[in-house]
Amino acid sequence: MEYEIKPQEKISLGLKELWQYRELFFFFTWRDIKVKYKQTVFGFAWAVFQPLLMMAIFTVFFGGSSQEGLPYEVFSLSGLILWNVFSTGLSNAGNSMVTNANIIKKIYFPRLIIPISAVLVSLFDFVMAFIIFIPFLIYYHIHVSLLFPVMLIVGLLITAVSTFGVGSLLAALNIKYRDFRYVIPFMVQAMLFLTPVIKTPPDRWKYILAVNPMYSAIELFRSGFNDKPLEYNLLAISITSAILFFVIGLYYFRRTESYFADLA
Amino acid sequence: MKPILEIKNIRKKFDIVHNRQPYLSLRDSMAALFKQSGSTAEEFYALDDISFNVNEGESIGIIGKNGAGKSTLLKILSKITPPTSGSIISRGRVASLLEVGTGFHPELTGRENIFLNGSILGMKQKEVKSKFDEIVDFSGTEKFLDTPLKHFSSGMQLRLAFSVAAFLEPEILVIDEVLAVGDAEFQKKCLGKMEEVGKSGKTVLFVSHNMGAVLRLCSRAVLINEGKIVADSDVQNVISQYYTLNESVMDQVLLSERKDRKGNGKCKFQKVWFTNKEGKVVNGFQSGDYVEINALVKAEDPNFERDLYVSVSFCNALNERMFSLGSGLLNKKVHINGLTEVKWIIDKLQLAPGEYMGDLFLFETIGGYDMYDMMEQVFRFVVDEGDFHHSGQLQSKGRDMFFVEFDVTSRQIPLNK
Repeated sequence: MEYEIKPQEKISLGLKELWQYRELFFFFTWRDIKVKYKQTVFGFAWAVFQPLLMMAIFTVFFGGSSQEGLPYEVFSLSGLILWNVFSTGLSNAGNSMVTNANIIKKIYFPRLIIPISAVLVSLFDFVMAFIIFIPFLIYYHIHVSLLFPVMLIVGLLITAVSTFGVGSLLAALNIKYRDFRYVIPFMVQAMLFLTPVIKTPPDRWKYILAVNPMYSAIELFRSGFNDKPLEYNLLAISITSAILFFVIGLYYFRRTESYFADLA
Repeated sequence: MKPILEIKNIRKKFDIVHNRQPYLSLRDSMAALFKQSGSTAEEFYALDDISFNVNEGESIGIIGKNGAGKSTLLKILSKITPPTSGSIISRGRVASLLEVGTGFHPELTGRENIFLNGSILGMKQKEVKSKFDEIVDFSGTEKFLDTPLKHFSSGMQLRLAFSVAAFLEPEILVIDEVLAVGDAEFQKKCLGKMEEVGKSGKTVLFVSHNMGAVLRLCSRAVLINEGKIVADSDVQNVISQYYTLNESVMDQVLLSERKDRKGNGKCKFQKVWFTNKEGKVVNGFQSGDYVEINALVKAEDPNFERDLYVSVSFCNALNERMFSLGSGLLNKKVHINGLTEVKWIIDKLQLAPGEYMGDLFLFETIGGYDMYDMMEQVFRFVVDEGDFHHSGQLQSKGRDMFFVEFDVTSRQIPLNK
């Protein structure tokens, strides 16, 4: 095995190397999940409590009427569990380089593993929350279409791709400009209102709002069990922007990662 | 055979920015677009044209003062940071140990941390599993395996950390000062383990300030100073060059500035320095070395002329007196007039490795009356492990304070029935 260490010239995806280090994905994800729920009485149940409590609060203040043909509880919970993948994934990925600075400075491994693991952790939370979501569908006698699994998977895919894209971009920026530590929580909060989680935003803005990939990810997910027709041009906008974020995030991360250890 | 590592013209540049906050912020970056830069950047080469080859199976010590660039070199070798120019060709898997316990998480148990740390260091899960018992055994923490790491004592954490790292099996092992862990007994164990690694035919690059450890583990050493290679040859040779590197505070302690002195002040010690066999100024020795202590005495009055006793005393780190070299013991006085250089000669240094301090005295009558000048703790003096008995055995710290030349004999005594 012969290789050369020299100043960075071209940027590659480094897929081969990621594959060599595949076990590390598991270990970082496993560590973060373990640590997240260590020394808590309720353990993994917290992954479920959080969206349930939020749903309860939203229902008290905004509930009453149905949204998109769904009872408000189902509407907000379905939005929340997917939104949480994005919001926790984004803030964890965005801060991941800074929180793992001590490792980055002392040992080499493909840096991409860290933000990807952060996204995987939030997907794990989704699985836990989704298990609680199913009884809601049954209790409210929601008609679930046969295409639901497809909608779920595609919706999750858009979510994961865009979370990783924006997350890795923020992670790389954050290590250089610590300003982003303050930008991230603000951004996540603001975006919550621009995404159909609490209520559907006004129709006239929809083409602009669809630039936010989570807009269609949530709409797509819901279309598996509501009767609102899916707007394909909105979906196209969201998917394009998700891919764009993914490419930009990945490119910027790979381009700057070799200097992370000097900046951290 | 081709060398396992070819390091060619490595340079690493850092920009030192003056007149600005030490961290980057977006505001500054944006503001810099609009104004003529008020801050000045200075280029600093942490490494400047470093080249050397490492052959398979060699153990190389990399030594140098703090800030010489040793750690930067190791970081480049382990791909943590890229070089600014130059290249390194590596023909083996590099595992680097720049710190023990990288990635240890306090909330996870000992067992979990072994797996996590092993994986971060590049071990496959299978490897960790197969060596798990050995790792635990070596660390001596089996009782606490399922306790969160935060409840471990810091010594136990370090032991566990070193144990995981000790069972790495790369072709090239890069180690930075990890020996400074645990108690004396465990340190010995670590050193032994690393000796074993070196003997098993692996290539080892070892950075340390512990000259004894370097001497024990390495056959060759590279001395780096201010980013450049100063020496690259057999380890004993390079270590003696290391001592000649001027460390401004240590080599020629300026005493003329000191106020905390006793005595009538008619003449004063100006400076103290150490020289080795070749007459070079050094700031450290090994047990068994030839040592010269030099001091400069200046009389305040140019017409002053008198014979005085001089003495230098050595104290250990606890300020306990080790021995004194009083000229009175030899019935000698030195003639002081104008500027005088006094020299004490120790043929064979008997002090055990450690750090020592010294006091200087200048007086007229034995008993310490008529003190002309006297100062405590005028110098610091490092003694490293050395081959005191010329037996090939390094005398380590242990509990001994001194080494004494001796011999052992034996004879058989017939039993009377």
